Amino acid sequence: MYAQLVKSEGSKSREEMTPEELAFQERIDRGEKIEPKEWMPEGYRKTLIRQIGQHAHSEIVGQLPEGNWITRAPTLERKAILLAKVQDEAGHGLYLYSAAETLGVSRDELMELLHAGKMKYSSIFNYPTLTWADMGAVGWLVDGAAIMNQVPLQRTSYGPYSRAMIRICKEESFHQRQGYAIMMKMAQGTPAQKRMAQDALNRLWYPALMMFGPSDKDSVHSAQSMAWKIKMNTNDELRQKFVDQTVPQAEYLGLTVPDPNLKWNEEKGGYDFSEPDWSEFYDVLAGNGPCNKDRLGARVKAWEDGAWFREALVVHAEKAAARRAQAAE
Amino acid sequence: MSKEWPLWEVFIRGQHGLNHRHVGSLHAPDAEMAIMNARDVYTRRNEGVSIWVVPSAQITASSPSDKGPLFEPSNSKVYRHPTFFDIPDEVGHM
Amino acid sequence: MPSLPDMNTPEVADLARREAEANPNHPAAPQPDAGQEAFFEALLRIGDSTLILGHRVSEWCGHSPALEEDIALANVALDLIGQTQLWLGLAAEVEGQGRSADDLAYLRDAWDFRNLLLVERPNGDFGHTLMRQFLFDAWHHELLKALSASLDPRVAEIAAKAGKEVAYHLERSSDLVVRLGDGTAESHRRMQEALDALWPYTGEMFLGDDKDAKVAARGIFPDPASLRAGWDATLRHVLGEATLQIPDSPFAHKGGRQGTHTEHLGYILAEMQFLQRAYPGASW
Repeated sequence: MYAQLVKSEGSKSREEMTPEELAFQERIDRGEKIEPKEWMPEGYRKTLIRQIGQHAHSEIVGQLPEGNWITRAPTLERKAILLAKVQDEAGHGLYLYSAAETLGVSRDELMELLHAGKMKYSSIFNYPTLTWADMGAVGWLVDGAAIMNQVPLQRTSYGPYSRAMIRICKEESFHQRQGYAIMMKMAQGTPAQKRMAQDALNRLWYPALMMFGPSDKDSVHSAQSMAWKIKMNTNDELRQKFVDQTVPQAEYLGLTVPDPNLKWNEEKGGYDFSEPDWSEFYDVLAGNGPCNKDRLGARVKAWEDGAWFREALVVHAEKAAARRAQAAE
Repeated sequence: MSKEWPLWEVFIRGQHGLNHRHVGSLHAPDAEMAIMNARDVYTRRNEGVSIWVVPSAQITASSPSDKGPLFEPSNSKVYRHPTFFDIPDEVGHM
Repeated sequence: MPSLPDMNTPEVADLARREAEANPNHPAAPQPDAGQEAFFEALLRIGDSTLILGHRVSEWCGHSPALEEDIALANVALDLIGQTQLWLGLAAEVEGQGRSADDLAYLRDAWDFRNLLLVERPNGDFGHTLMRQFLFDAWHHELLKALSASLDPRVAEIAAKAGKEVAYHLERSSDLVVRLGDGTAESHRRMQEALDALWPYTGEMFLGDDKDAKVAARGIFPDPASLRAGWDATLRHVLGEATLQIPDSPFAHKGGRQGTHTEHLGYILAEMQFLQRAYPGASW
């Protein structure tokens, strides 16, 4: 997902918990929200900072593969819609950084960690967007996968995170639809457009499946996060749900999901499908995806090139405040 | 690293709302820019007609451990709520 | 051509259409009738300017110095693209050749574009982009004020809607120009350099030609020169507060409004029109 492989602090049994930890866990179990100034275990705070931070980074790095096509959008309306969507992603990044900031870390600190490669963002954004059909496929598959994770996170235990997710889900409802609308145009279009649409699905299908993170049996950090209601579902649950939802949508488009093993399984009431190539996933996480260097490079450049601007506004605000103070004397 | 823009809390009164509601936060070098940024960040979908911004550092919150003493006493004053009183249907709307 | 149509008759549009149908492989270049030609040009001059500036501003999406700025600038670009749809939509209607706003945006070559040279200038650093925006906004604001009193109700209506958006653009760009001009030594230097570099591209905004005179005479568009006083006043006020020096050179590059552009426009169009050109006739 937008937060993959978030390292969580070790899980404790009830017997091992201090009275404070036990009371905290009971509040979560009762469905109470935890608010910024309240006592929380250090592990809860740290895990949340990592997860919300990673989620926020994914939003702003996620601007890049789609931003790539704003200047090449094929009609004025498509241009406006895409720009509005990529702008929303900046907004979502902003909401999430704000939520992380309530945990005692500043946005600039989080940015510095991202730029230093000490914090990650979703692996999906290290794949290139090569044709206009990718704008459709990203909206349809990537936003579709993200929504699958974000809807349950609206009920997460940390108040500011939960509120950010509610706002994001509300705003994001048009994102997946606009992607699917592009795919419909392409799939019903000229032979070249159909080819483009199928090619986009071929390239993005497995990277989209990877967004949910490795299989539960290999995911060591899930238990504690689920107890804290920071993680609401297992990776495999969400991946299955995503496949079950997406396959009929692909069929409607007349496109073929690039998986020869894809088959409806009556017994489990879901599709059987092939696992993505997890060695590729770990390569991408390690920095060897097709676009890792470009994506991070673009973020670092934006940050460094903008340093004089951010600083000048601080200096101006100080000057103006000093002038006002002097005038008031 | 140069100084970070301070954090502001944003309150917006919507088209049909009576009260300003907290919608989120943002960074800005001063109050005037915080208002403009709030307009751009938090009213992208035509949500607002009036904006307040407050430096986050200036917010004083009630302490969560005071939750009991602060809020529970009002629980017992149920007569403050109109549903406390049974009015026969024959009387009509009240 | 089978015959030379009388350009003053209203049937000219029909003639052109019939000719295009008769020779589908060599459609006649669409020509608005004479009375409307100047009006069509005037609409392209504003619609192309908002289109190209919207394109330039959208290049920042994902690359701005702060998230708040990224979002704010995208709002400006969205407003400009929305205005483009209205202006070019009206231009297409006035032209009466069955073209759409998208046809005008995506299927004309550079020599048929009528935007100001200022808006095709490369973004430069963030300060340069904001200075270009301010110089344009201050003019755009004056233009829309005048257009909201246009004798053509369609023009007046678009101008009234766009005017509210642009009033905010100007407020924001003025504010940032002041802050950066009167910020650090470095920001002051960058803003002065931007102003000096862009200054020769501002004069064109106020230079009228015979087409301007025609629409001005009909009360549809203002005489470009009439916008100068208001623009000058805004500049004096904002740049004064920004502690920036207004260049005193009267030299002005010109030609954009007549279709002679800088080299930059070709690259913008190559990028912008790529899909429409590579896949002719496809629907997106």
